[in-house]
Amino acid sequence: MLTFTLRRLLLAIPTLLVISLVIFLLVDLAPGSPMSEIPLTVPPDVRRKMMEALGADQPVFVRYVLWLRQFFWVEPATLFDGWFGTNWAGGEQRILSWQSRAPVFTIIGQRIPQTLTVIGTAYLVGVMIALPIGIYSAYRQYSLFDQLGTLFAMIGFSVPTFFSGTLIIIIFAVTLGWFPTKYDTNLSVTDWPSFVKQLQQMAMPVMTLGLANAAVISRYMRSSMLDNMGMDYVRTARAKGLTERVVVLKHVLRNSMIPVVTVIALGIPSIFGGAIITENLFGVNGIGAALIGAIHASDLPMVQTLAFIFAVLIVSFNLIADVLYGLLDPRIRYD
Amino acid sequence: MIEVITAIPKPESALRAIWHQFRSHKGAVFGLVVLSLLIIAVVIGPYLWHPEKLTVVEALKSKNKGPSLRFPLGTDQLGRDMLQRMIAAGKVSLAVGFVAMMIAIIFGTLIGVLAGYYRRLDGPLMRLTDMFLALPLVPLLLVIMMLFRDRAASILGPELGAFTLIVFAIGITSWMQAARIVRGEVLALKEREYVLAARSIGSASRRIITRHILPNVVSPVMVAATLGIAEAIITESVLSFLGLGFPPDFPTWGRLLFDGLSYMQVYPERVIWPGLAISLTVLSVNYIGDGLRDALDPRIRGR
Repeated sequence: MLTFTLRRLLLAIPTLLVISLVIFLLVDLAPGSPMSEIPLTVPPDVRRKMMEALGADQPVFVRYVLWLRQFFWVEPATLFDGWFGTNWAGGEQRILSWQSRAPVFTIIGQRIPQTLTVIGTAYLVGVMIALPIGIYSAYRQYSLFDQLGTLFAMIGFSVPTFFSGTLIIIIFAVTLGWFPTKYDTNLSVTDWPSFVKQLQQMAMPVMTLGLANAAVISRYMRSSMLDNMGMDYVRTARAKGLTERVVVLKHVLRNSMIPVVTVIALGIPSIFGGAIITENLFGVNGIGAALIGAIHASDLPMVQTLAFIFAVLIVSFNLIADVLYGLLDPRIRYD
Repeated sequence: MIEVITAIPKPESALRAIWHQFRSHKGAVFGLVVLSLLIIAVVIGPYLWHPEKLTVVEALKSKNKGPSLRFPLGTDQLGRDMLQRMIAAGKVSLAVGFVAMMIAIIFGTLIGVLAGYYRRLDGPLMRLTDMFLALPLVPLLLVIMMLFRDRAASILGPELGAFTLIVFAIGITSWMQAARIVRGEVLALKEREYVLAARSIGSASRRIITRHILPNVVSPVMVAATLGIAEAIITESVLSFLGLGFPPDFPTWGRLLFDGLSYMQVYPERVIWPGLAISLTVLSVNYIGDGLRDALDPRIRGR
């Protein structure tokens, strides 16, 4: 298991390097990059100064390696310094956003709490709705509940979040007036009323994303339960005279959770990447919104860094899912 | 003995058996009916419904109208007939879905066949597939749209440029599933006796692939293709919804929804119609894919 994990970790390095190169080149060599949009009326020496100030006068590969160095050495070192008061980074240049001239990672650090509270809660809620639905629909296969669950999942798959989100806004915010339409990022939870307010403004984005996630995960849960319900050990457990409750919730559920846990792990990167629409729709000022803002402002360092962070998340959670699978299921041996 | 043999009924033709199984899937039939209706509406709609062109003054007077006999779905903030716009938008949305899916399937099948058939190419091509699967696709698509939109528009014109760019961007970011499925099938198929027989009579690799292998991977590819349409339509509307898709005067359902958002509190129907159209299309396509999967699986068929 350890050798497998190590080998996968080593394999992840070239993958990430290639992805970082692709992202860097795509953004850097594109015709619409802001370098090509400096007006022609700007005198050549001023233009050169502008390029120099942005660090854009060096050859592509020099900039790529510099960016990698900033990403993998300067930024972690700065973070470390901030925690322990050391001086590893030595005041080296960090990745700067072109919009605000602030370090990209500082902006991301400010945005991540919003994303985690709203989108993370939505994922948790989705999982908590999905598991009981999946378990019960598998236990009563083809019952009315199962058919309703199938319909719910099919609709959850098919209705895109930007539409379900707008519907939820129209119903709960415009017609009923229960929740505010826009998320207030400045709200800080200090006492009970502000906590209630926070819950109210989180309700709609959590509902939107939670339903979409629940639809997917409940299907996996159901089919995984169905795979296990017909196994011999279930018959044995029933023959021993165990109650249905113990058979289903202990024997079957434990074994069915193995693939579901990996699916849940695989879905975590989409908390960050896939939530762009929801954040945009409800005005949650998270990293998805930061990406859209950076794209509209042609802020290349921000876009490159965010896209690469998403890629790192996807690769690492793929790895985690594989390792989890091996840990949870003793029948699977990778070596 | 002879009686027993004659008692076996003539086997159904494969296509008929597939159709029979497909018809027994209620959701799939519903999907097929709804999707056909939508396609018919979008294709012949413009011939049946062509409201007279309004002058600027008339358009200003008739803006933000509710549903009426003259404007069955009302008008938008510029006095344009919503029904006409919905039909035009549907044409683009469905076209994007189909064309992007075609690109993804052709590319995916090509990669899958090459990887499955030629052992030397298997490693590199599958690493490429894994790499694409690890790319953050939505952010990347947004970046592609931002960076290449103006260039594409200046080469091919604003409408065709946006269409080509979106279709290619979606196509080259969604071929991986098809490639994996096809590779798996080809790996199994190329060990079969009939492929060995074809090789032993001296058929060239290209002929073996086109005559013996490709026809046998059609069914899983069909299922992947159907589900791919749904995916492509959603992706296009996401791009339009975030303001990085088609230009404003060139409507798609996603774009109409995006335009309607600012008027959501007063005219919610302007958001609901395009959203409903997208959801219905995707729902019916997903159901068709589900039904096809069952119908094309010989283990399920006939049960």
